[in-house]
Amino acid sequence: MKYQSQKVALAYFVCAMGLFGIQVLGGLLAGWIYVSPNFLSELLPFNIIRMIHTNALIVWLLLGFFGAAYFLVPEESERELYSVKLAYLQLILLVVGTLGAVGSYLVGIHGGREFLEQPLWVKFGILVAALIFLFNISMTVLAGKKTAITNVLLMGLWLLSLLWVFAFINPENLSLDKMYWWFVVHLWVEATWELVMAAILAFLLLKLTGVDREVVEKWLYVIVATALFSGILGTGHHFYWIGLPGYWQWLGSIFSTFEVVPFFLMMSFAFVMVWKGRKNHPNKAALLWSLGSSTVAFFGAGVWGFLHTLHGVNFYSHGTQITAAHGHLSFYGAYVALNLAIFTYAMPMLRGRAPYNQVLNMVSFWLMTGGMAFMTFVLTFAGTIQTHMQRVVGDYYMEVQDGLSLFYMMRFGAGAAVVIGALLFIYSLLVVRKREVITPGAANPVIGG
Amino acid sequence: MAEFLTKSRARNVFYGGSIFFVVVFIALTVQSHRYVVTTSTAGMPLSEEVVLGKRVWERHSCINCHTLHGEGAYFAPELGNVMTRWGVQDDSEGAYEILDGWMSAQPSGIEGRRQMPHFEITEEEMRGLAEFLRWADQTDTQGWPPKDAG
Repeated sequence: MKYQSQKVALAYFVCAMGLFGIQVLGGLLAGWIYVSPNFLSELLPFNIIRMIHTNALIVWLLLGFFGAAYFLVPEESERELYSVKLAYLQLILLVVGTLGAVGSYLVGIHGGREFLEQPLWVKFGILVAALIFLFNISMTVLAGKKTAITNVLLMGLWLLSLLWVFAFINPENLSLDKMYWWFVVHLWVEATWELVMAAILAFLLLKLTGVDREVVEKWLYVIVATALFSGILGTGHHFYWIGLPGYWQWLGSIFSTFEVVPFFLMMSFAFVMVWKGRKNHPNKAALLWSLGSSTVAFFGAGVWGFLHTLHGVNFYSHGTQITAAHGHLSFYGAYVALNLAIFTYAMPMLRGRAPYNQVLNMVSFWLMTGGMAFMTFVLTFAGTIQTHMQRVVGDYYMEVQDGLSLFYMMRFGAGAAVVIGALLFIYSLLVVRKREVITPGAANPVIGG
Repeated sequence: MAEFLTKSRARNVFYGGSIFFVVVFIALTVQSHRYVVTTSTAGMPLSEEVVLGKRVWERHSCINCHTLHGEGAYFAPELGNVMTRWGVQDDSEGAYEILDGWMSAQPSGIEGRRQMPHFEITEEEMRGLAEFLRWADQTDTQGWPPKDAG
């Protein structure tokens, strides 16, 4: 760690991991209700649990992004953060807001737009926190060295914060409500977040592989160009069946097909950089997460997204377990795994230790990734059957669901593996003090990084 | 990567192209907004009852179990066409009665079956909710869903 102010990232990462724990436990509970529907049904209904599951996910990913920005911007800009105090103030606002939202949900106070259920005061709190962040990080970058990584990272974070304004716009017309709702939801995860992801990934690969900055930054611009060129009009794949004009079926199909490209490029980028890199960085777990994230993102967001994005397919598969399968693997690959990569990279430095307990961390990678892959497969099978029985044959929803119980049991098992992996990951970063139990071989010498 | 593609060229393509797509997207959004108001949802007035119903729908976060036009959670049936499925799309009073009957019977308490919670909803709100679901059902959704099952 070169700059003292990078330390604020530690607090962000710890809070993010706390919420990560809550998120996966909420998911496990929701998965159990699919298996045993009477469980907690009067005390804590499914809709509340799902709200906590999705909201905790979004907030912890954002905390991770903010923390990552506070960690990498000083190093890129070659100067201390503009204000450490503002960074902590921002974190306090976000944590109070999140706990306030969870508390409200538990007593039944919530909005009813999916993912944007936060009470109004929490939404304002998030807005204020975002403004503090943008001010703080922009002042840092403006006063320091500007690189492609900070350019792209800042652009992503500025745009995603601006799009948050649409969280406050809720037209009385349902179709308009849905259209503007996607301005937050789609333009976050399929456009602006990709900029943040690509920037963080570029930073990690620069540090882990030692490839020339010029090469890394050229890739970065090409990747984010393909992300926005496909992703902006790709919003159309959400506009097929909600009351918008028919031309979105063609625009959405064509442009969202190209949404595979940035994910394919990010995966290629990661592997090519490692191939070309001369550095043998000691933090192997961070490298595993970086490669794993770009690979799983390609399959989850790219392949599983394309699977049901063409309007002729989506007409039948829209809003089935196919969507759930895609949602889980894409979020895990693109944003969860990437956050865990930067946590794994930064934590040893933030805590002033050598990269330790890598094996435990890598075990957690395989547990989580294996669990998510299995979950994706069973939900895809369930969704295929559901699509056929409900959308082609025309059987009623609950009758079809009753026939899918085996898949939901397997999904619960997969979810349990993910939860164990997540807890193991948190344990390996926060608790364990020992170095790895397996000594690296002689052919794989550990040189300082 | 090819030599003609320098870093600054890649950057310029990124900025220029993004601005182009943002402009196109905004233009299409304006057109779509108009289309929704004048065409696809114009079959039924956006009355006070419908608006009240939307607020009721939101306050109870129905979207975190059900889907509406295919969006939401996948734990409970699609509701964008529920009034058609119940055969009361053209019958305001019938829509209220069947919805009220269904919701006051929840939770069913049947072992092994997904449970819908009990909601405190007044008669006025219940009428609003029924009108809101009829309003959603009349939206031109390009023929979706393929079957009445939702």
